[in-house]
Amino acid sequence: MSRLPLAGVRIVDFTWAWAGPQATLLLGMLGAEVIKIESRARLDHTRLRSLMTGPTLTSPDHSVIFAEINVNKLSLTLNLTRAESVEIIKRLVKVSDVVAENMRPGVLERLGLGYEALRAVNPDIIMLSSSAVGSTGPERTYVGYAPTFAAMSGISHITGPAEGPPTPLSGAIDLRVGTTSAFAILAALYHHARTGQGQNIDLSSTEAVSTMIGDTFLEYTMNRRSPGRAGNRDRIMAPHNCYPCAGDDRWVTIAVATDEEWRALCSVIADPRLADDRFSDGYGRWQQQDDLDQIIGEWTAGRTPQEVTQALQAAGVAAMPTHDGPSLAEDPQLRERGLMEWVEHPLAGKWLMAGPPWRFSKTPAGIRQPAPLLGQHNHYVLHELLGMSEEEIQRLVDEGVVN
Amino acid sequence: MTDGALAGLRLLEYGQLVSAPYCAKLLADLGAEVIKIEEPSAGDPARHRGPFPDDIPHPEKSGLFLYVNTNKLGVTLDPSTPTGRLIFQRLAQEADVLIEDRPPGEMERLGLDYATLSALNPALIVTSITPFGQTGPYKDYKCHHLNLYHASGHSSFFYVAPRKANEPPILGGGWVGEYDAGLMAAVATLAALMARLATGEGQHIDISKFETMVTLERIAVSRFANNPEPPPFPGMVGGLVPCQDGHVVITLAERHQWDALVKLMDTPPWTQEENFRDEISRSRNRDQLQPLLEEWASQQRKEDLYVRGQTLSVPIGPVRNAADIVQWPQARHRGFFAEIDHPVAGRLEYPTAAYQLSETPWRARRPAPLLGEHNEEVYCHRLGFSQEDLARLAGAGII
Repeated sequence: MSRLPLAGVRIVDFTWAWAGPQATLLLGMLGAEVIKIESRARLDHTRLRSLMTGPTLTSPDHSVIFAEINVNKLSLTLNLTRAESVEIIKRLVKVSDVVAENMRPGVLERLGLGYEALRAVNPDIIMLSSSAVGSTGPERTYVGYAPTFAAMSGISHITGPAEGPPTPLSGAIDLRVGTTSAFAILAALYHHARTGQGQNIDLSSTEAVSTMIGDTFLEYTMNRRSPGRAGNRDRIMAPHNCYPCAGDDRWVTIAVATDEEWRALCSVIADPRLADDRFSDGYGRWQQQDDLDQIIGEWTAGRTPQEVTQALQAAGVAAMPTHDGPSLAEDPQLRERGLMEWVEHPLAGKWLMAGPPWRFSKTPAGIRQPAPLLGQHNHYVLHELLGMSEEEIQRLVDEGVVN
Repeated sequence: MTDGALAGLRLLEYGQLVSAPYCAKLLADLGAEVIKIEEPSAGDPARHRGPFPDDIPHPEKSGLFLYVNTNKLGVTLDPSTPTGRLIFQRLAQEADVLIEDRPPGEMERLGLDYATLSALNPALIVTSITPFGQTGPYKDYKCHHLNLYHASGHSSFFYVAPRKANEPPILGGGWVGEYDAGLMAAVATLAALMARLATGEGQHIDISKFETMVTLERIAVSRFANNPEPPPFPGMVGGLVPCQDGHVVITLAERHQWDALVKLMDTPPWTQEENFRDEISRSRNRDQLQPLLEEWASQQRKEDLYVRGQTLSVPIGPVRNAADIVQWPQARHRGFFAEIDHPVAGRLEYPTAAYQLSETPWRARRPAPLLGEHNEEVYCHRLGFSQEDLARLAGAGII
């Protein structure tokens, strides 16, 4: 097997929920050894329940959500309120490269595990703290989750129908934050590899989402105007919309950028109403897009999203099915490229999940092992990495330090 | 002050609009030198997309272009000409990374594909960003942000409130899916740079925007992949709540957060009812609970709710627009917005970065390049062309 990009990098991972674990998921896929620090007293809530799987689980080892976003990782359980646990963490940090956490700012400091304390034991450690609005500033202690990041970043305000309310967003919002964290850690690792210098990274989840609609703020700083919602419409292109198709709640998107594409669309739809002069240039089409959408919608309504997509793409017009979960699972492009992989978890079972979001020609980096059972790697970390004896480990278990 | 975490790296960008330029910008922000290659005369289409000051289109004043191209050098080049191809190859020979977004096959037709370039420079990393990747039945499909966003399922997955069936799915605001692909490509590029430190070898990275977006909804995607009809999700208690002057979102992930919300509301009697006793009963009786919560919120102002709620540890956030965010004291305190002076667009405030690196901070080194601004610096001072050559290259439409 070829060498993975982050082979030899060890990460002490205090993250939980979705955003932080996405960062270490990506770094783990890239080859880093990620040691998740867990506690039976305060479990990562994705081990017990989720927004989407319905009832609360009774075992911490059966959650498919945890199993998905924590593949490749190792698990060490420690009671962090115990002084000895803090010492164990410090010993681990000494032989690690990165510490990642997304607790409320100040929590790790109070445990004696803040950046300054960890830097004292490992001067070139890289530490990433991801929080709702950053760990500096007047609101640093404020808390948040993906929906509040989306609301406060500006993306909820610009997502939704022109005449309707803003759109609450979650899911991918967290994973965007986590991907931003992975980027910052990688940049710090690259700097470290060349200079030997570590550093502290303070990340605001809300700002992370704002940077991904950054041009919105230029609109404000240029014109003192805040962009609003435009549904599925574009400020230049028309037609540009999501059209109803045959079947139950089926949709297709169509976007036309040029006159050439417009003519191609007209030849496929072959509706004489589209030959109207008022649709003959891009400006006219934009002005008349309500009428245009009506005519196109009548045509799509008798066809499946796949039929529309194939007919229009063959003519050189951008069209794609609007996928929901079931149709995405059957998408031929994802199948052909093998994005979805089977992973067998000893207790959560066999689970089909998305692999890595990249294809490397020389260093394939993806799923190597299932997510850890709670405390599965206590012995590996304490004995093999930290050199503790069996007796010492047993004592730590008996005394509830390792829990 | 250090020159940044990526100081000394040389990148070539042959990209348009958002994804590839944003990937290169993220690396430029941390000190990599990026030479952006644009088509002579028209330049990057982002120059023509706006927003523009006073809504007057100008290729040097597009807010989208300015934001995603800060910290880069810019040259013009037509690589479809034989001389243009040779110049491109010479630039690639001296680069660490090439970031490109041409449709699959086009770089090969130009003689600029990974196989050709890596023969000239084995340490070169080539990051290719396309809608669907370099292979597969969709590889030649046209795809705009609209198509990408909806195809990757993002408009069908809702966690906070269920989507209403038979209402059109809604596009994510701005260019968010295109930014997603740029960010993921930057992660993969840095990983390849880390690998290269050990091996000295470059490689080719194939980034599919579609797959990037699908993996950003990996939990919802696999939920359906493993069970076509999973139990319906009832929606989140709280979620988007209208108030007097807009909306807030409230997330109640833990028990004590509900208790804190009750306190924020001054413990109205309905909060003590049996139906709302615990998390499961609140979720089950969401249809009864939401109107009561909304009735209370309708008398409140969003920023006031935010501060009073957060003081009690309620995870609550106001829905904000660009003006609210630019003026937000927390963002100002952290220096999230910075003024950058551009020779044509003037002094404007830009978002910087969400990460504050203590030793290698984000820095605005230069504004986005004018079209062909660095032709002389790159072609004359680095590749050794004379001023006369430059005039001839321009006359031939090569630069």
